[in-house]
Amino acid sequence: MTGTTSRLVLPRYLREEDGHRTPVASDGYRSTALRAPLRTPVDLPHRLTEVTGPVLGEDRVTPGDADLTLRAGGEAQGQRIIVFGRVLDSGGRPVPGALLEIWQANAAGRYRHVVDNWPAPLDPHFDGLGRVVTDSLGRYEFTTIKPGAYPWGNHHNAWRPAHIHFSLFGQAFTQRLVTQMYFPDDPLFGQDPIFNAIPPAARHRAVAGFDLGRTQPDWALAFEWDIVLRGTDQTPFETDDDGDVA
Amino acid sequence: MGFEHDSPLVRDADETNERRPGTPRRGTGFLDEPPTLRTTPSATVGPYLAIGLTWPDGADAVAPGTAGEVWLRGTVRDGNGDVVPDAVVETWQADPDGRFAHPGDPRGSASTPGFRGFGRSATPGGEFAVRTLKPGPVPDGEGGLQAPHVDVSVFARGLLDRVVTRIYFADEAEANAADPVLSALPEDRRRTLVARRTEDGYRLDINLQGDAETVFFAV
Ligand SMILES: [Fe+3]
Repeated sequence: MTGTTSRLVLPRYLREEDGHRTPVASDGYRSTALRAPLRTPVDLPHRLTEVTGPVLGEDRVTPGDADLTLRAGGEAQGQRIIVFGRVLDSGGRPVPGALLEIWQANAAGRYRHVVDNWPAPLDPHFDGLGRVVTDSLGRYEFTTIKPGAYPWGNHHNAWRPAHIHFSLFGQAFTQRLVTQMYFPDDPLFGQDPIFNAIPPAARHRAVAGFDLGRTQPDWALAFEWDIVLRGTDQTPFETDDDGDVA
Repeated sequence: MGFEHDSPLVRDADETNERRPGTPRRGTGFLDEPPTLRTTPSATVGPYLAIGLTWPDGADAVAPGTAGEVWLRGTVRDGNGDVVPDAVVETWQADPDGRFAHPGDPRGSASTPGFRGFGRSATPGGEFAVRTLKPGPVPDGEGGLQAPHVDVSVFARGLLDRVVTRIYFADEAEANAADPVLSALPEDRRRTLVARRTEDGYRLDINLQGDAETVFFAV
């Protein structure tokens, strides 16, 4: 590199089409009314701040963080499950080294949170928190228990379908994602405004698949859920022309 | 710019810059051809984010005790002007040299000791607080500079996706006037992004709605 005037060649993170991404507000979800911004957001071209992002890896995670069923010296109550999958970008490339943080209700549908006090029992051996970092192929795996459905005050007889909250950092600010994973064929989907805020064409991507092949005999059911972050129009961190990788 | 680098993100000026016709090299990120895979749809962080998203050092974009540390503070408010006590605010920024703690920074990763550049704060009582260093100016990629700024994500119950904004600094009037993002905004809306100096750092409130609705960005 001998040039004295360098210009930056930055990856451009593709934005999903509206019909395939969740809008920030939805009429049926009452809390959006006073919280979702009303003005049209201003386009922000991707520059250095947007195409970089926090590097949060193994130093955030201990080995026990991937098993939510063994906490405080005992076993959690409930249906033991394995949740696994890959983190990819929309170009199909694995996203290695991505920090995943999950949180969920216990088997009875209650969170270990001070404002959740509906009459379901807490489980002394379940705190509902997990963390893992994806491996070199973008794979992740948790052992946990299937969360219960829980009531909430959005509308008459409102219940959230069973779900696990997921937070992901990719490799750039633009890839940041917080979402929820659902379980197949949940009878509560039809009345849940948070699930139904996802455009119809995209809803199936929020639902894990049951995997008998990965289910462990006499131990745990398995559910597979791949997570796709925004990809780029070029391979980030490689040159366009000569293929050199720094 | 004349910095030394070995980053793959940099191409020298005398190299060719092949473009696909009609495709912006860098831009808004709208899809102009189908991706291989559709992205996973976002969902609200819900009211119980504290279980999964709080870290003991979450507020520390820089290690405590670092020379020059400042607190970035602000209150998140809803359309009624009420505080939002159950949000999480995340910040991402360059160090005082304008470099990012990320391997993709063309000038090399930030070298300020203890600098993470990422802060995460819940909003008890509606207020976020991040310990950091004031960022330096950042190249705009076209030979100019962006004013010192911090990218911000706000997550909360009631938001089905994050909302994104930026924090600029009131004591950078000259740089702010030349900043390509800030100067493209109507003048009366720029002030929603400009933090004022306080005793221990800077302060900027985030208004999700209302007359003073913060400028939010589509990234
Ligand atoms: Fe939940």
